[in-house]
Amino acid sequence: SVNTQYFIFELKAELNSDKKEKKKEAVKKVIASMTVGKDVSALFPDVVNCMQTDNLELKKLVYLYLMNYAKSQPDMAIMAVNTFVKDCEDPNPLIRALAVRTMGCIRVDKITEYLCEPLRKCLKDEDPYVRKTAAVCVAKLHDINAQLVEDQGFLDTLKDLISDSNPMVVANAVAALSEIAESHPNSNLLDLNPQSINKLLTALNECTEWGQIFILDCLANYTPRDDRESQSICERVTPRLSHANSAVVLSAVKVLMKFMEMLPKDLDYYGTLLKKLAPPLVTLLSAEPELQYVALRNINLIVQKRPEILKHEMKVFFVKYNDPIYVKLEKLDIMIRLASQANIAQVLAELKEYATEVDVDFVRKAVRAIGRCAIKVEQSAERCVSTLLDLIQTKVNYVVQEAIVVIKDIFRKYPNKYESVIATLCENLDSLDEPEARAAMIWIVGEYAERIDNADELLESFLEGFHDESTQVQLQLLTAIVKLFLKKPTETQELVQQVLSLATQDSDNPDLRDRGYIYWRLLSTDPVAAKEVVLAEKPLISEETDLIEPTLLEELICHIGTLASVYHKPPSAFVEGSRGVQHKRIPIRSGSGESSESQDTGGAPGATEAPAAVIPSQGDLLGDLLNLDLTPPTSTAGAPPGPPMPMGGMDLLGGGLDSLVGGGGSLLTPLSLMGSGFGAPAAVMPSSLNAPVGGGLGDLFDLGGGVGMPMGTFVPPKTLWLPAMKGKGLEIMGTFARRAGVIQMEMTLTNKAMSVMTDFAIQFNRNSFGLAPAGPLQVPTPLSPNQTIDVSLPLNNGGPVMKMEPLNNLQVAVKNNIDVFYFSCQYPISMLFVEDGKMDRQVFLATWKDIPNENEAQFQINDCHLNSDAASNKLQGSNVFTIAKRTVEGQDMLYQSMKLTNGICVLTELRVQTGSPTYTVSDRHTHALWVMIPARAGV
Amino acid sequence: MIHSLFLVNSSGDIFLEKHWKSVVSRSVCDYFFEAQERATEPENVPPVIPTPHHYLISVLRHRIYFVAVIQSEVPPLFVIEFLHRVVDTFQDYFGVCTEAAIKDNVVVVYELLEEMLDNGFPLATESNILKELIKPPTILRTMVNTITGSTNVGEQLPTGQLSVVPWRRTGVKYTNNEAYFDVVEEIDVIIDKSGSTITAEIQGVIDACVKLTGMPDLTLSFMNPRLLDDVSFHPCVRFKRWEAERILSFIPPDGNFRLLSYHVSSQNGYPVGYRSLVAIPVYVKHNITFREGSSQGRFDLTLGPKQTMGKGVEAVLVSSQLPRGVLNANLSASQGTYTFDPVTKMLTWDVGKINPQKLPSLKGSMSLQAGASKPDENPSINIQFKIQQMAISGLKVNRLDMYGEKYKPFKGIKYMTKAGKFQVRT
Repeated sequence: SVNTQYFIFELKAELNSDKKEKKKEAVKKVIASMTVGKDVSALFPDVVNCMQTDNLELKKLVYLYLMNYAKSQPDMAIMAVNTFVKDCEDPNPLIRALAVRTMGCIRVDKITEYLCEPLRKCLKDEDPYVRKTAAVCVAKLHDINAQLVEDQGFLDTLKDLISDSNPMVVANAVAALSEIAESHPNSNLLDLNPQSINKLLTALNECTEWGQIFILDCLANYTPRDDRESQSICERVTPRLSHANSAVVLSAVKVLMKFMEMLPKDLDYYGTLLKKLAPPLVTLLSAEPELQYVALRNINLIVQKRPEILKHEMKVFFVKYNDPIYVKLEKLDIMIRLASQANIAQVLAELKEYATEVDVDFVRKAVRAIGRCAIKVEQSAERCVSTLLDLIQTKVNYVVQEAIVVIKDIFRKYPNKYESVIATLCENLDSLDEPEARAAMIWIVGEYAERIDNADELLESFLEGFHDESTQVQLQLLTAIVKLFLKKPTETQELVQQVLSLATQDSDNPDLRDRGYIYWRLLSTDPVAAKEVVLAEKPLISEETDLIEPTLLEELICHIGTLASVYHKPPSAFVEGSRGVQHKRIPIRSGSGESSESQDTGGAPGATEAPAAVIPSQGDLLGDLLNLDLTPPTSTAGAPPGPPMPMGGMDLLGGGLDSLVGGGGSLLTPLSLMGSGFGAPAAVMPSSLNAPVGGGLGDLFDLGGGVGMPMGTFVPPKTLWLPAMKGKGLEIMGTFARRAGVIQMEMTLTNKAMSVMTDFAIQFNRNSFGLAPAGPLQVPTPLSPNQTIDVSLPLNNGGPVMKMEPLNNLQVAVKNNIDVFYFSCQYPISMLFVEDGKMDRQVFLATWKDIPNENEAQFQINDCHLNSDAASNKLQGSNVFTIAKRTVEGQDMLYQSMKLTNGICVLTELRVQTGSPTYTVSDRHTHALWVMIPARAGV
Repeated sequence: MIHSLFLVNSSGDIFLEKHWKSVVSRSVCDYFFEAQERATEPENVPPVIPTPHHYLISVLRHRIYFVAVIQSEVPPLFVIEFLHRVVDTFQDYFGVCTEAAIKDNVVVVYELLEEMLDNGFPLATESNILKELIKPPTILRTMVNTITGSTNVGEQLPTGQLSVVPWRRTGVKYTNNEAYFDVVEEIDVIIDKSGSTITAEIQGVIDACVKLTGMPDLTLSFMNPRLLDDVSFHPCVRFKRWEAERILSFIPPDGNFRLLSYHVSSQNGYPVGYRSLVAIPVYVKHNITFREGSSQGRFDLTLGPKQTMGKGVEAVLVSSQLPRGVLNANLSASQGTYTFDPVTKMLTWDVGKINPQKLPSLKGSMSLQAGASKPDENPSINIQFKIQQMAISGLKVNRLDMYGEKYKPFKGIKYMTKAGKFQVRT
């Protein structure tokens, strides 16, 4: 540092030299030191002294220095203000622009005050170069002091510049406004209307490539009024597809992808547009690898949304030997997405080639890709399987393991077709050292135990090192042996007892223990049920498992070309300080001349297209829980549930198991031990399993049993939504409540993992009432291990609507730093009853009569010991309003109305027989489509 | 918008930083270094890297990583394109884009970067505008400046900055007026074991060097414009005229520029499988085999020209990554020289020109580790070559005309074909 001090001392002398040239050289040395990160802030006063000069280069150099150091020396920076203000009046526009530009970069409050007047002048400067520089300066100033910018009216001036005669000024104004708008998501800064759109489109043709990007990105936020406007914008944007700058091309693609959604599919222009989109996307793939990478991530979205665009372009995605690995992996993904019967032969030949390459990650992904092809293109399955067998023959360890993992999936997709290969697979048992491959192999052995002669030996060999296996393998082994036992009970009794005792008694893993106990009890209580459950027919696995969820895909299509599109995450999920980013939606087509009826039938794409089940439904979740597809055969659904199981009756169970196999009783004879002792069935089953939907009016009454009942909406108790084992340690209990007119999703989050959890976010799938989070999930993070917190998420009804089964089902995705988790839950319909649901008496009467009889449903509520007034009061708390009451022959009749958030009204007649715990409910509602609501709600 | 830029050399040192907004600590690059360490090859560093508060977007050019730091949502392609422009500008100014050149001209570099971005918004990225603002360093100018104390910063607003033809400055004067166009095509091919073509496509560009006085307006037409189906134009090209007449009409920038780039795939304009537009100018006969249980492998490679319309194939260079198990290669080349690097297992054969009468070949044996099993990998062969005076797609310029100025310029068009990623699987 002595050297540094000496260096600074020397420079100081040179900066204060009388010779201009020496001064300039000294400033250059200062700048040079600054660029390599040396601290030369000590020279501040000396450098600033050089500012007043007519040498433009020296002036620029001093400005460079100022911008870097002003913040650390605010008091001295003020010395520069006078020169700036003077320069803003200079006759040379270059100097005026330079001054206003530099001033904006000095992030010191005291200076910004002095900036306002010069900036105001520069925004109206006669020279467009100065105006366009000043436009950017507004964005800079806003970043330093947003309030000041608003108070000074700079935002309005900036908006005026969108109509400037010079296209470069327009582009910069758009860029500045877009940047400011990002921190004010709800401000209507970029108020787009057909006039301003026209101006933007005109400027688009004349401004620089960078300006074109800003304008196109801004256009993408606009929603055209009808298909004609949409088409005319598309027509004016398409020439940008031939631009040399790939960012311009991709921004144009974004606008077109979004707006073409509004065009009728039978329009000629629609087809033309589709054809025009392919060549520019292909061209992006011949650019530099980093551009290719971004392009490929976006193409991945585009082929999911509109596979037809690139369906003939498979070959351009073939991997080249010297592509960087990140390009190779992306190309593979897209190859699978485009794979079809027409091109599968080629694709498979390629994939086989890739599987012999050097890079391990790439080879693994290629092998997996072969399996995905088999699942996607049924006609190719056989060829894929034989390709995989060829690869297994290479004996390359990681290739074999990947192949076995995907073959398991192929079995799931095409049962009873390719089992002949099992023998080959079994030969490789010993070489498997990765948990996923071991688990897959064990699954196969268990699933096809009856066809594998030595299945018991194979599984037994894994059992020796049971405690050294990973949980995944242990769970699979447990299930596989239970399957084996159910298939060949006589020879494998010892084996199953061994694994059950390993799982329940010798293991510390709660998941394993629980699963062990479940099997144990099942086997000892009701072997028939056990067989039905464990060996139930599995639902086929779906074609493509990694499709992006449709709402997210739509949002990402609106964000083509952004970071969000590279990461395939909604913008709100990851951008620093996401200030409630507005969710962008693809507009729904509405014809300019069409009547509203035809819109209803032909319009809304969500309503007609089959919903993609990305989030597994409740049934699947339960199946996953046991990982063995617990879907009970339909025949058992109506039958009374089995006898209750006392907890912890170990000896009882042990005995049960013995008698099951040992005691001569056949497998199919129910155990007498259990059968007689415990009489009443159905007592233990949660009531929600009996009633089609829990959480309706019935629940409202349930809670009223006590005295001094609290007024207000009924809130069902929290139930377990996401068990910790499904949530990688995150447990979520939750319920719904309506508080002060706002639907709240109330959750208790518990971290049962060993590490902290952060970055929580939540999303809903489309649902019947368009429920959506009204804001981001506010979880005070980090959530430490064993910590529990309660969070409340306000909901609104602004989300996309899709009819769910059951109607009040809500599929939720919760994300944290560990993973994304899916679960579904059901909200009580009463959450949706709005506060202003009370109908006028006359209206009620008229409406009741108007509603056709087929919209009426009737049923009884039993065991309700409230009198009619108490019931009325209680219901009012949940926004069920009593309009009138009559008493006829000892029966109280309550006439009630409620209104749902989507405007549908439900009218009910409630008959209460005094002294009888039975209520009879008749109800009518305004919309035939929704006839099931009250029934489901239990109203 | 773009917040900061760091330049990192191949040994992982930051040798330049520039901030357009507040200063971002260079420690942000640690995330980049981590990714660099994980990557097996320098080219494999992912172009977009997330960090807790920023995103790093990088390109690798001339063995320098240009790492841009961004803080909010910015189109990544915009950032990458801008970084490419920075690289091009450095090359344009200093002749080469190397760490040494950048360090020698650090102040000019800084002035340029300041001129190219304002608050993260691109300001002036056109070479001709930049050159009016900041004069490129020349030995002569440096000397003159030192003696006279004059400056290399332009004092006037560049004329192109706001005109409708921002790419061209006014008042251009030449004593010799000339316009040269190079049609350069790179052919990317994958050929499978059996010799059939899996993919073949052409990336073509037309690069121009135009030194014409005044405001010339040029038109360029082609014999077979139908080939140009998938094109990207320099902003100077009038798109409507192209759409309607398939004629390139433009007021050219002054100096060197890329007029257009285009892409010809095997399918353009033809039904699938009907006819390939992409001729493959070279064929390879190969026989690379290993036998189980033997510690020797055979290597036999012969090259020949085809479909070259009589033009010679030159500057041929063959390279192949041999399997890891290969210890050494003992080969003989009928022409040129070959090298084998036993560490990287890279075999390189500098062939030179192909003589159709006496085809070049490389034959011999490869030795394997004793007792090692037969290698699993099939080495793929990469070939580089050049063919002068021919565009492999068959693209031909019909005429070049100039309007708007009275003088008669010298005009010239040159064609060349090069191998891009030309890969033969064995």
